[in-house]
Amino acid sequence: MNRTRIAVVGGIAVVVGVFAWLLWGGIDSNIVYFLTPSELMAKGTGGYDAPVRIGGMVQDGSVQWDKDRLELRFNVTDGQTVIPVFSKGAPPQMFQAGIGVVLEGKYQRSGVFHSNTLMVKHSNEYKPPADGEMPAEMYKALTRGSQS
Amino acid sequence: MRELGYAAILVALVMAIAGAVIAIVGTRQTGRPSPLARSITYTVAGLLSVSTLAMIVALVTNDFSVSYVAMVGSRATPLGIKIISLWSALEGSILFWGWVLAVYAAAVVYTQRDRDDAAVGYATATLLGVLVFFLVLLAHPANPFAPVNPVPQDGPGPNPLLQNHWLMAVHPPLLYLGYVGMTVPFAFAIGALAAGKLDHQWSRSTRRWTVAAWTFLSAAIVAGMWWSYEVLGWGGYWAWDPVENASFMPWLTATAFIHSTMVEERRGMLKAWNVSLVVATFLLTLLGTFLTRSGVISSVHAFADGPIGMYFLVFIAITLVFSLALLAGRIDALKTEAKIDALASRETAFLFNNLLLTVFTFTVLLGTLFPLVAEAVRGVKVSVGAPFFNRMTVPIIVALIFLMGVGPALPWRKAAPGELKRKLLVPTGAMLLAAIATLVFTRQPYVVLGYAFVAFALASNLQEFAFGARARMRSLGENVVAALGRLMLANPRRYGGYVAHVGVFAMAFGIIGSSAYLTEREWTLRRDQPVEIGDYTLRFAEAWGRQEPHRFVVASDIVVSRAGVTVDTLRPRMNFYNTQQQPIPTPGVRSTLREDLYLTLMAFENDGSTVTVKAIIEPTVAWIWIGGLLVMIGGFFGLLAPTRRPPRPPAPVRGAAVAAPASYLDTVAAREQEEAMR
Repeated sequence: MNRTRIAVVGGIAVVVGVFAWLLWGGIDSNIVYFLTPSELMAKGTGGYDAPVRIGGMVQDGSVQWDKDRLELRFNVTDGQTVIPVFSKGAPPQMFQAGIGVVLEGKYQRSGVFHSNTLMVKHSNEYKPPADGEMPAEMYKALTRGSQS
Repeated sequence: MRELGYAAILVALVMAIAGAVIAIVGTRQTGRPSPLARSITYTVAGLLSVSTLAMIVALVTNDFSVSYVAMVGSRATPLGIKIISLWSALEGSILFWGWVLAVYAAAVVYTQRDRDDAAVGYATATLLGVLVFFLVLLAHPANPFAPVNPVPQDGPGPNPLLQNHWLMAVHPPLLYLGYVGMTVPFAFAIGALAAGKLDHQWSRSTRRWTVAAWTFLSAAIVAGMWWSYEVLGWGGYWAWDPVENASFMPWLTATAFIHSTMVEERRGMLKAWNVSLVVATFLLTLLGTFLTRSGVISSVHAFADGPIGMYFLVFIAITLVFSLALLAGRIDALKTEAKIDALASRETAFLFNNLLLTVFTFTVLLGTLFPLVAEAVRGVKVSVGAPFFNRMTVPIIVALIFLMGVGPALPWRKAAPGELKRKLLVPTGAMLLAAIATLVFTRQPYVVLGYAFVAFALASNLQEFAFGARARMRSLGENVVAALGRLMLANPRRYGGYVAHVGVFAMAFGIIGSSAYLTEREWTLRRDQPVEIGDYTLRFAEAWGRQEPHRFVVASDIVVSRAGVTVDTLRPRMNFYNTQQQPIPTPGVRSTLREDLYLTLMAFENDGSTVTVKAIIEPTVAWIWIGGLLVMIGGFFGLLAPTRRPPRPPAPVRGAAVAAPASYLDTVAAREQEEAMR
C-alpha cells in the first residue's frame, strides 16, 4: 500500500461514512406515515407534532372557508373518528364536503390537525359530468367570448 | 388501420425472434456479425414504423374501432394533440418505445456494418432480444390495436395534463430518445462480454451512443422540470416524485459512465466498473418504466394500473441475472491495466466523481423504493418526501460541483505542484469573492457553499477555454474568435464537456436562488384593490371565462406594476376539461433573468367579484432553463468529434464521419502522442 492508495481508500471511507451518518439520521425522521384518523388517534400522545399524512372524507357541513384571511377549517373523518383540521390558503377547486382528501401536516396538542398540504383524491377516469355540473353552466356568468 | 397495425406488430415479433437467434448462431459459427440479422433489424424497424404510422392515422381520423383511440381520442381534440396522444397512455407509449428502439437498432446496425468482429453480432442479438420483449408486450398485454365492440361515437380525449402545454410535445419524445437510447450501450456491453473482446473497442463504440442518449435524457429532464413549472401551478420544478427519480437515476449512472470511460480510455482502468455502469443504466431505465407503467406508484405520470408490471419484473430479473453471469464469466478480461499514480490527478477526481454519483443513485433509489418495501414488509404506508432527498443529496451535489471545478485543473497521472497552483489561483479567488458576497446576505451553510463552489467551478472551466485560446493566439497568431472556435472544434468532446459543465453551474445557480430566496403570498382580491409583493404591485382588473372546443377557461387579468409604472398584465387561468373534475391551472408568469413573478389562480367567485391568487417571486429561476439548454448544446457539440482517423495525406472525406466511431480513440491517442512528444 503506497500513500496514494491509502489516501484514496481513506477518501472513499470518508464519503461512505458521511453518507451512512446522513442516512442514519435522515431516514427515520423524514419518513411520513400514512394513517387514517382512527390510527392517528390510536397513537395517543405519540401522534402529536410528528409529520404524518392522513386520509379521509371531508365531513358534511363542517367546511368553513374565510376567503379574506385564507383560513380553512373542516373536519376529516374515516367514519369512526373525526379530527378537526386547520389549513392556510385556498384549497383545490374541487374541495367540498363529502370528498376524499389526503392531508400532510402535524397533529397539534390543541387537538387540531394543522395541514400544510391538502390534496383532493380524484380519479382521472372519464366520468360524464352530471346535469348542471358542466363548467360552462357553472361559470356562464364569466363568459366573454372576445377575450384572447 | 387496426388490422394493418396489429399485423405489422406480429410479423415484427416473429422476425425479431428469428433475427436474434440468427444473430447468435451466425456469430458463433463464423465469428462475425450475420448480414441476415442486419437485414432483419432493418425490416423490424420498417414494420414498427408502419405500425406507429397506422396508429397516428387512426388517431387523426378518429377511428374509434381501435382500442387505443377509443381510450384517448376524441373528436374535439385539436389535430396536433391528436398526434401526440400517441404517448398519452400505456399502450401507445409502449408502441412509441418499441418504434424508437427499432430505429435505434437499425441505426446501430447501419453504423457498425463495416465492423466484422463478433461483439457487433452479439450486440445486434441483444438489441433484437430487447425488441422481442417490447413486441411481446405490444402483441398481448399492451396491445394498442385491440378491437372495440361496439364502436363508440366519440372518446374522452387524452389526459388534460398532456393537452395544456406545448412542452408535452417535446418532453416525452426526448425522454424516450434518452431512455431507449441507453439500450444501445447495454447492447455493446453485452456484445463485448459475450465475444470476450473487452479491449477498448467496446467502450469506443459505446461512448458516442451514450453521450447522445445522455444528451437527450438531460434535455428531457429539464423539459420536464420546465413543464412542471409552467403547468402544475405550484411554482416548483422538482418534487422528488418517484417518476422524476425514475428518469434521474439512469441519468446519474450514465453521467458516471461518461466520465469513468475516459479513465478507461486513457489508463485502461475501471473496465469492470464501466461495464457495470452501462448495465446498471439499462436496468434503471427498465425499473423506471416498471415504476411508471405498472401502477405500483401513483403520480402525475403513472397510467392507472396496467397488466404489464409482472412482465417488466420478469424481464428485469432475466436481464440482471444474465448480465451478472456474463460479467462474472469474463472477470479475468476485465483486469485493470494500470493503477493510480498520485492523489492529485484527474483519475482520482473521476474516481470520486463516480463514487459520489453512485452514492447519489443509491440514495435516490432507496428513497424511491422505500415506501414499496415498507408496505410489502411491514404493511405500513409511508412516503419519503422532499426533506429526505434534500438532506441526503444537497451535500452530494455541493461536493460534485466542487469536483467539477477541480477536475479540469488536474492533469492525468500526476499534477506538478506549480501547475496546480497556477490553475487553481483564479478559481480560488472567485470562490472567496462569491463566499464573501453571499455571506453579506445569508449564513445558510449550503447556500454559501453552493454559490462559492459554483463560482470556483465556473472559473475553473472557463479558464480552460481561456488558456487554450491564448495558447493558439500566441503560437498561431489567431484572433480571439478564431482561436476559441478552432480550439473547440479541435477537441469537441473536451470542450463540449466544459460547455455542459457550465450549463450545470447555471442550473445550480438558478436552483439555489429560486429555492433559498423564494417569496410567497396569497390573497383574495377584490377588483382594483392593489396588493404588494416584493417591489411589485398587483391589481385584479377582471375575471372572465371562455368556452373552447375541448375545455372551458376561467382567467383573471392581473395588472402588474413596479414603482408606479405598469409593466405587464398576467392572466393566470384554470382550464376545465370535460373529462376531469379537477381543473388544470395555467399560471401567469413574468420571467426575467433576475427573477420570475409567478401567479396562480387558486379560486374565484362565480360572479367574478373576487379571485384568490397565489403569487411567488422566484429569483434566478430562468437560469435553470438556460443551463439546461447549455447542457444540451454541450452534449451535442461533443458528438462532433471525428469518428475516424482522417486518412493521411488526403483530406478527410465528408460523409465518412457518420460511420463507425471505432477509431475515434486512435485520433485521441495520436493527439496525445503528439502532445507527449512536444
